[in-house]
Amino acid sequence: MTNVLTEIKNIANGIYTKILAKKQPKLETPLRALTNVKYDEKEGYFEILGKKKIRTLTAASVKTFAQTLKMMALSKELVEKDDIATKREAYYVSKNWGEARFNSQPDSDTVMDDVEAMLMVNREQIGFIPEEKGGEIAGKLIVIDKDTETKKDLRIDCTKFGSGAYSIPISIEHLKFETDAKFILAIETAGMFQRLVKHKYWKTANCILISMGGVPTRACRRFIRRLSEDKKIPVYAFTDGDPYGFGSIYRTLKVGSGNAAHINRFFCVPQAKFLGVTPQDIIDYKLPTHPLKDVDMKKIKDLLKNDPFVLHYKEWQKALKQMYDMKSRAEQQALAKWGLNYVIDKYLPDKLKHPEKFLP
Amino acid sequence: MPEDIPIALELAKKQREIGVAEFFARNRHLLGFDNKRKALMTTIKEAVDNSLDACEEARILPEVNVEVIDLQNDKFRVIIEDNGPGIVKKQIPHVFARLLYGSKFFKLSQSRGQQGIGISAAVLYSQLTTGKPAKITSRISPKEPSHYYELKIDTQKNKPDIIKEDVVEWKKEHGTKIELDLEGSYLGGSQSIDQYLKQTAIINPHVTITYTNPKAEQIIFPKATDKLPPLPKEIKPHPYGVELGVLITMLDNTETRTLQAFLTQEFSRVGPNTAKEICQNAALLPSTKPSDINRDMAEKLLQGINKTKIISPPTDCISPIGEELLEKGLKKEINAEFYCAVTRTPDVYRGNPFVIEAGLAYGGQQNAEESITIYRFANKVPLLYQQGACAVAKSIIQTNWRSYGLSQSQDSLPIGPLTLAVHVASVWVPFTSESKEAIAHYPEIIKEMKLALQECGRKLSIYIHKKRSLQVESQKRDYIQTYIPHVSDALKELLGLKEADQKKIEARLGEILRKHRGELEKVEMENPEYDEEFAAIGKKKKEKQETLDEVKEDD
Repeated sequence: MTNVLTEIKNIANGIYTKILAKKQPKLETPLRALTNVKYDEKEGYFEILGKKKIRTLTAASVKTFAQTLKMMALSKELVEKDDIATKREAYYVSKNWGEARFNSQPDSDTVMDDVEAMLMVNREQIGFIPEEKGGEIAGKLIVIDKDTETKKDLRIDCTKFGSGAYSIPISIEHLKFETDAKFILAIETAGMFQRLVKHKYWKTANCILISMGGVPTRACRRFIRRLSEDKKIPVYAFTDGDPYGFGSIYRTLKVGSGNAAHINRFFCVPQAKFLGVTPQDIIDYKLPTHPLKDVDMKKIKDLLKNDPFVLHYKEWQKALKQMYDMKSRAEQQALAKWGLNYVIDKYLPDKLKHPEKFLP
Repeated sequence: MPEDIPIALELAKKQREIGVAEFFARNRHLLGFDNKRKALMTTIKEAVDNSLDACEEARILPEVNVEVIDLQNDKFRVIIEDNGPGIVKKQIPHVFARLLYGSKFFKLSQSRGQQGIGISAAVLYSQLTTGKPAKITSRISPKEPSHYYELKIDTQKNKPDIIKEDVVEWKKEHGTKIELDLEGSYLGGSQSIDQYLKQTAIINPHVTITYTNPKAEQIIFPKATDKLPPLPKEIKPHPYGVELGVLITMLDNTETRTLQAFLTQEFSRVGPNTAKEICQNAALLPSTKPSDINRDMAEKLLQGINKTKIISPPTDCISPIGEELLEKGLKKEINAEFYCAVTRTPDVYRGNPFVIEAGLAYGGQQNAEESITIYRFANKVPLLYQQGACAVAKSIIQTNWRSYGLSQSQDSLPIGPLTLAVHVASVWVPFTSESKEAIAHYPEIIKEMKLALQECGRKLSIYIHKKRSLQVESQKRDYIQTYIPHVSDALKELLGLKEADQKKIEARLGEILRKHRGELEKVEMENPEYDEEFAAIGKKKKEKQETLDEVKEDD
């Protein structure tokens, strides 16, 4: 913690010294974008490169320059007082900043992420926490947390939530795990998760079920990573068979994102594999499809052209081209065509027989 | 009806020659006497034009006294007195009481008057509306006596009718004074006497005018320079500009004995070879006697002229105002931000050399929401009427002002805080009518006007664009400056600084801003020559404009 404070003060001091020397003050923040990452095969995630954004006294950047400094000041205050603010709260705090206030929360989030990237820390370390939940868990897992009052260990058995589930907390570094599950199944939609929980699929398959609810949050990614690494269990992703499922949900789970390029090393699950729904599944299981829209076609082209992860894997290129030619997509729940429990009785067991055939 | 007498015989009894004076008496609008207000204005204009022409020709710095006295019941007395060369005794009645009598019609040189109608038309108008004679005093030298005349025009014969003739005491060493009583109406505004005299002063900076208006207020327009404009050179007509009727008159009046001599001596730019070529092209013998040339032959001669290639007339006979004086005049009248003026090189239309000058004043206190203001001048005479019919308006409308940063709808004058002045100087300014109010639409003249306007427009657009980019720069700086306190505030919180340190940061950031972006240049011009009182002369007063319907009468 003191580290972060020192770093914040060092940056502020650098600016102050420059101003006193009548030199143009500058703030350099790493560019957080896919154009500034490379896929590191050995480490298995998107590593940030050296491109920087510069904010200084120009008409285009002075407002963000001032906002970044104000955001740093807010962060300093939070860390010193051992307090936290949600991203939205930080946005509302800025409403006191006069002309330097943020006009929308995305603007505020961007500056916050920039401060985080500049300091090369996780935002929780500088006092900011996200709004969203980290995902839900059901299955063969005991999470060992601490009681906030008594500080005693708290054992949470994820088999005992009935038709409900355990929520991944925002901060997970202190958690410990006990499990004998064979694999972790990371599921895109809450609907599919519910079906598998209802029929206790975790018991049948001896696994841990995780609902990502779309693109997995940082906490969710970190949780899966730590669990998988601690307990040496494989991670299988189960998403819709569409470019969003492949390129956004699975890709972010496995190697991180452009936007969080500076912290991908912690927030990725390089050992994850893709179970389905693959384009080939659509054919093999004769799934009902939807035609691809223009945006989907564009997303596929963009992935094939610009995504360092896709560019690295021939298998993904093949799969994406296959979908491009099919011009159609299928949802996870399309498996219900063959009966509501077809996914439990047939699809998943079939697929799990050949994990070597999963997409990388 | 009596039997067998052709009706034509009956009609013939009523047919007789119409005197030129009689004709104009009935068609006074042709000479600019259409209504009471304009009549008063035209009378003064004709007299002042004559005074200035005479002074310039005699190389005298003109001092002109104009006095208008209200005699009540729409009657006014106009007295105009100059320090010109005076008029010899026997010419006085002809100059003032005979239409189409003058020195300027038969020569080609840049002068204000042209046809010899103006002042005698004023005399005629005065006589028609009040029945009173014109009173003239003139003296040509301190050694000579001053002659006094009371004159009327015999409208049937177009001859002077001398009512009284005398020798009088007069304090002037030389000069001419004319006194006329006439029906008129005195109003302010853009077409007023005040405005006309002011514009005259602007465009003739060597002239001193003392004006006493009907309210007995005296306004003096002092001269701005002691330098007389160069005397315009007289030139002979160029063959391309001559029309059949004029050619026949010239053939009748010439003293030359052969067609060859006639062509070389009566025209400019015709040498022996060109003359021979013309004769050849006209299938006429060079030795033909001019007096033997009939109408048909004259027509052939004209065709011959047009077939022959003749070099353009000399252009050094034109004396423009000059860019510097034009700009100075605008500065005096208009408090603007940017001024420029352009004098074009001479060009020729129908054998007549001419020069176009244009000037503009932009911005300042001028109204940005209305059509621009136009000042028109022909041979240094302001034109106040018939703006819409004038070649100047047409040229302005045909110029694309949008590309120079003003707004303009199709086929209309541009909108913006702009005044344009256009001057046409020529040995023969083509007017649309005898009242000399609008310049005719000759393509050559319009082309030159547009070129002059475009040249001014380009200079203006450089200024406007520079001003706009500076405005953008200034806005950017203001924008950046608003964040300086936030930067200093954040640093104060981050580093636990004191108020004084914070102030220091703000001061330093201001310095850095100036260092990196440069000092903000100032574009607006100072105009020490602007004269508020002067500018107010002849301007309409709002309340007046609304109550007097008559103001609408002309444009």
